[in-house]
Amino acid sequence: MSRGRTRYLGTKLAQVLITLLAVATFNFLLFHVLPGDPIRLQARAGNLQPADIARLKELYGLDQPLIVQYFVYLRDLVTGNLGMSFTYHQPVADILAQRIASTIQLLTLATVLVLVIGVAAGVLAASRRGSRTDAGTVTTALLFWSLPTFWTGLVLIFVFGVWLHWLPISGAATPGAHFRSPWDGFVDAVRHLILPTITLILVDIGQFVLITRSSLVDVMTEDFMLTAKAKGLSGRTILWKHAVRNAMLPVITASALYVALVIGGAIQVETVFSWPGMGSLIYDAVLRRDYPLIEASFLIFAVTVIAVNFISDLLYMWVDPRVRNA
Amino acid sequence: MTAATAVAPPELDRGRMAAARATLAVAWSDPIGRAGLVLLAFSVAVAIFGPIVFPFDPRAVGKTAADILRPPSGQHWLGTDELGRDVFRETVAGAQISLLVGLLATAISMILGTAVGLSAGYSRSWLGGLMMRITDFFLVLPTLPLIIVLAAVVGQSLGVIIVVIGLTSWASTARIVRSQVLTLRERVFVERIRALGATDWRIATVHILPNVMPLIFANTVLVIAGSILAEATLAFLGLGDPTHTSWGTMLHAAFANGATSRGAWWYLLPPGIGIVVVVLGFTLIGYTLDRILNPRLRNR
Repeated sequence: MSRGRTRYLGTKLAQVLITLLAVATFNFLLFHVLPGDPIRLQARAGNLQPADIARLKELYGLDQPLIVQYFVYLRDLVTGNLGMSFTYHQPVADILAQRIASTIQLLTLATVLVLVIGVAAGVLAASRRGSRTDAGTVTTALLFWSLPTFWTGLVLIFVFGVWLHWLPISGAATPGAHFRSPWDGFVDAVRHLILPTITLILVDIGQFVLITRSSLVDVMTEDFMLTAKAKGLSGRTILWKHAVRNAMLPVITASALYVALVIGGAIQVETVFSWPGMGSLIYDAVLRRDYPLIEASFLIFAVTVIAVNFISDLLYMWVDPRVRNA
Repeated sequence: MTAATAVAPPELDRGRMAAARATLAVAWSDPIGRAGLVLLAFSVAVAIFGPIVFPFDPRAVGKTAADILRPPSGQHWLGTDELGRDVFRETVAGAQISLLVGLLATAISMILGTAVGLSAGYSRSWLGGLMMRITDFFLVLPTLPLIIVLAAVVGQSLGVIIVVIGLTSWASTARIVRSQVLTLRERVFVERIRALGATDWRIATVHILPNVMPLIFANTVLVIAGSILAEATLAFLGLGDPTHTSWGTMLHAAFANGATSRGAWWYLLPPGIGIVVVVLGFTLIGYTLDRILNPRLRNR
């Protein structure tokens, strides 16, 4: 590893650590300072006597000065202690552990399909720039971009679930079903995945089509494209080996930023389809004002986004030699 | 501020009006932009005149259980909602709140984003670097969870929703403005003005800002689209202002009362189509302006 590379990596790593600390501090301020202390929030539900409040404050360490609370909070975060849920009366970390796999499953599938289909459609539009295919692809992408995620999900539920009875509309599996074979269970799971995944693909694909198309159009006007043509390379080789490869950097950036967006999509889709993941969890937590759960979910989402952005920085270094040697 | 800036505003205003007219002409010259302008004009007309022609009374609930979730009829063009109210009039009333929240939230976002981007791009001190770090921090925070968390902690009035959406959407504007200012501040004309003794404040606001304006304008239009979607999503998740009718609160009520599983398409479709029409209008205009005005994209 060259010196430039190590330095780049070191700077990025330091930035990630500072950002993580900033997110944790932001979270602390938001939930421990802004709305009043957690006891008062909890006391809204029942009738707590002043003596009880004092005892609870001592129990939760809220009688300590704010700066001490802050360091205790950071220590708890590092050791994975995310507090107790108000509504589930279980450690928040345990609840999150039960929910996170479903969300990862849904989002991974949707992200892969959005990227593959989005980039392919963008390449198609750019390679036929100015044609009817191009105009149609761009217009469709803009239309999909304008769809509210939750409403798209509701419309799909209405058409394919309620009206046509083709697909299940809620949950990740048929409740209480006994399957004759593992295959039947798998088919059931896939059938439950279809509508939530299509919803995410529809609302998120537009930006990848547009970014791929515009980046590719940019690359295709550059001099080395003419050189490639002059060398007598076939149109297909020029497009995929020369143009698309060079047009991928903005797509990588967009993919990293997309994680922040798709988390928002997960909250809506999981709510609409009662998908048992992190998104529906934060929705329920907001409805019941379960602050420890909201706080921890937000933290997990933020840390995920920061981690993915770090990975995309590494990917950049690998793809673009200019970054490596800078 | 100098005496010269005190005299400048009327002239600047005229300049801005002309610039706004020119920008509209740019959008109108492209078929996609023209479609966006038509959609937008329609939405604004509905928001302004709709409630006068078809007033909606939220207290005009149905008298019996038979009035609830009725399909469209001569009396109720788009049927009734879960309280027996007229869905058509409710949808018309929702246009105002959606546009209002979208425009005001965007105003906050634009002022903040432009101020941060301008000073971060123009300043050569560590302060500019710090501002960009803060911008990047807000850029990577997942926006929807952030908006949800803020709305859940702070409260659910229309004002809070506007401020929360505005405060969470300025980072991309700041980045765009900064990158433009970075190239502009090195231009010869800035050197000349500096040699003439202009203050940093004057150079930044009077000479650099107007050159960034077209790009800010294109970005503004796209931010409005995002803000309207954000309001609808927030309201759908039950974090809207319960005292105002918006398309988001309508869809929240439709979802919470099982309109989808009861087959009440007339309650599900109108508010959603309203959102799509308004957001699509702004998106088409913003896309067109960005394509034509963004110097990096001009050859597309």
